[in-house]
Amino acid sequence: MNSTSVESRELTQSQAINEAIRQEMQRDSSVIILGEDVAGAAGRAHLGLVDAWGGALRATRGLIQEFGPDRVIDTPIAEMGFVGAAVGAAMTGLRPIVEVMFVDLIGVCYDQIINQAAKMHYMMGGQTALPLVIRTAFGSRGDKRTYGGGAAAQHSQTLYSVLAHVPGLKVVVPSTAYNAKGLLISAIRDDGPVVVMEHKFLGFAAKGDVPRDSYTYPIGKAEIVRRGKDVTLCGIGRMTHICLEAADRLAADNISAEVVDVLTLAPLDEETILESVRRTHRLVVVDEDHPVASMARDIAAIAADKAFDWLDAPVKTVTAPNTPVPFAAVLEAEYVPNAEKVVAAVRTQLG
Amino acid sequence: MTQDLARWMLERMMLIREFEERLKRLVDAGVPVGAVHLYVGQEAVAVGICAALRKDDWIASTHRGHGHCIAKGVDVRGMMAELYGKATGTNRGKGGSMHITDVTKGMLGVNPIVGAGATHAIGAGLSAKVRKTDQVCAAFFGEGAAGIGSLHEAMNMAAIWDLPVLFVCENNGYAQATPVEYAIAVKNIADRAPAYGMPGEVVDGQDAMAVFDAAQRAVHRARLGQGPTLIECKTYRYYGHHQGDNPLRYRTAEEEQSARDRDCIKRLRKDLLSRALVTDEEIVQIEARVKASIDEAVQFAETSPLPEPDELYRHVYVG
Repeated sequence: MNSTSVESRELTQSQAINEAIRQEMQRDSSVIILGEDVAGAAGRAHLGLVDAWGGALRATRGLIQEFGPDRVIDTPIAEMGFVGAAVGAAMTGLRPIVEVMFVDLIGVCYDQIINQAAKMHYMMGGQTALPLVIRTAFGSRGDKRTYGGGAAAQHSQTLYSVLAHVPGLKVVVPSTAYNAKGLLISAIRDDGPVVVMEHKFLGFAAKGDVPRDSYTYPIGKAEIVRRGKDVTLCGIGRMTHICLEAADRLAADNISAEVVDVLTLAPLDEETILESVRRTHRLVVVDEDHPVASMARDIAAIAADKAFDWLDAPVKTVTAPNTPVPFAAVLEAEYVPNAEKVVAAVRTQLG
Repeated sequence: MTQDLARWMLERMMLIREFEERLKRLVDAGVPVGAVHLYVGQEAVAVGICAALRKDDWIASTHRGHGHCIAKGVDVRGMMAELYGKATGTNRGKGGSMHITDVTKGMLGVNPIVGAGATHAIGAGLSAKVRKTDQVCAAFFGEGAAGIGSLHEAMNMAAIWDLPVLFVCENNGYAQATPVEYAIAVKNIADRAPAYGMPGEVVDGQDAMAVFDAAQRAVHRARLGQGPTLIECKTYRYYGHHQGDNPLRYRTAEEEQSARDRDCIKRLRKDLLSRALVTDEEIVQIEARVKASIDEAVQFAETSPLPEPDELYRHVYVG
């Protein structure tokens, strides 16, 4: 049976997340998942109807058959109430995973996330752990070759900066099926609140080899996913793939770009980013969020503060504009950062 | 009602009263204990409910939470030290009045975000249900919380999942300076219970025994898996919203006096004396013990060390 420990196969990011939850629920009976239609058809088992939905990105499909409705809990539409319930459950012996369908909905449960979950451990003087995972989908597509995400201003946002801003919350943004599974398992085992941000258009699109066995991926570590010497491109979530696409284009012009996948926004792995910048002497941060008070500008400020002497050019940011997310595909494509914009930013640095 | 429980209730109510009256004097004398919302007048509610709970049950509290803490058994020395911002406080000096917590006593936190505690209470109830224990959780909230969405969401989910939760509305008549009859269209908040599919009852919140009886019925149902109950306790806070607020800007002296005439501690004392559950001599002894406890708490708080500066940076993340 030892051979299974190294066995891997191709999964989508959503399948990898499903496997992470399943394996942790098998391992630890205190792990539960709750949210809107995490199963679907709640209470209709007597009609043979179960598991009608499986969560916003179908990442929880099939779990109710294995773990039952006591641990895979469909909630009413009540984010403030069920995120609060998850906080209370985390204080009293459970390890809840709560799905907030889209990050746009944090407006209705922001108190529970920033005032309750984030601060409990601190304001109670360390007396309570809070093993809570908040999973939420975010992002736009902005791909004019096919079609846009089409979900517009209230169902397409990124918004992780308003979570990373708050002390006490860990915020991770996986970019591949592999790191999604490992980061989620780390988040479930963490004794504090962790927000796991899953990009809508990586859920089915990001396919990759995923080991069958359980494994963790460290929270708080960025990863250099492509080595280069002329510029560091720093990406978050789907933007890491945009950075890799830009690096390919730059390579055709003999510009060697290094790509850092930030992966954890809080606590930020400053050292991996700064170490890269000190070698390449240039930094472009690519962020799908709005520019004002953003991760992009925060990372740029850190580089300016701590790596100024190594920089050969001003740090550039490539972000969404300071507008809501538009509906029309052509506008959405203009909204979301793409490889051309990243390449253009690098060219300004190289003069 | 056993004699031990009756005496415990009287002593706890007197301890809350003494804690709060001492705190009022400290505030008035300029001791920097932060913003405090005094519980004086409402003691029968916290004690009547907690008398029906076990040590391993939980409560979730409000900004006016000192009484709930004491009723659930939190040490008054740690509480007073917390108010003084000392390292020996329940929360190591990082919470203050509005965050006093002792999870070892099942006290899940004073919480100044109105309505938030009720959602945590249903989470505790969910935890008991999933872990198949028979623990229950009481969520205290004021009538001011009856207008906020989190309470509605919590009550609905508690009802659909049959969670072991007591929703305890302490209707003291005022949300800051807003009278209840302005903010709530129904006569009684408990009248809403049937709309959530749970039993509800209105209780005289100045009658500790009536509160206890209602709590016992609700706890019994909860432990049997029969779901939540809404108990509305009509009560009154003797002082302002926070210490320093002059309540005569929004209510009359006559109204205040009429509430004080129905004082919950005097009432319980008279009741227990008449039923020979306590004697006058024992009451004198209780008074002495209560005063000594609070003297000791203040002494403990005054002589405790301040937090070290690096305490600021501890406990941001768990671990």
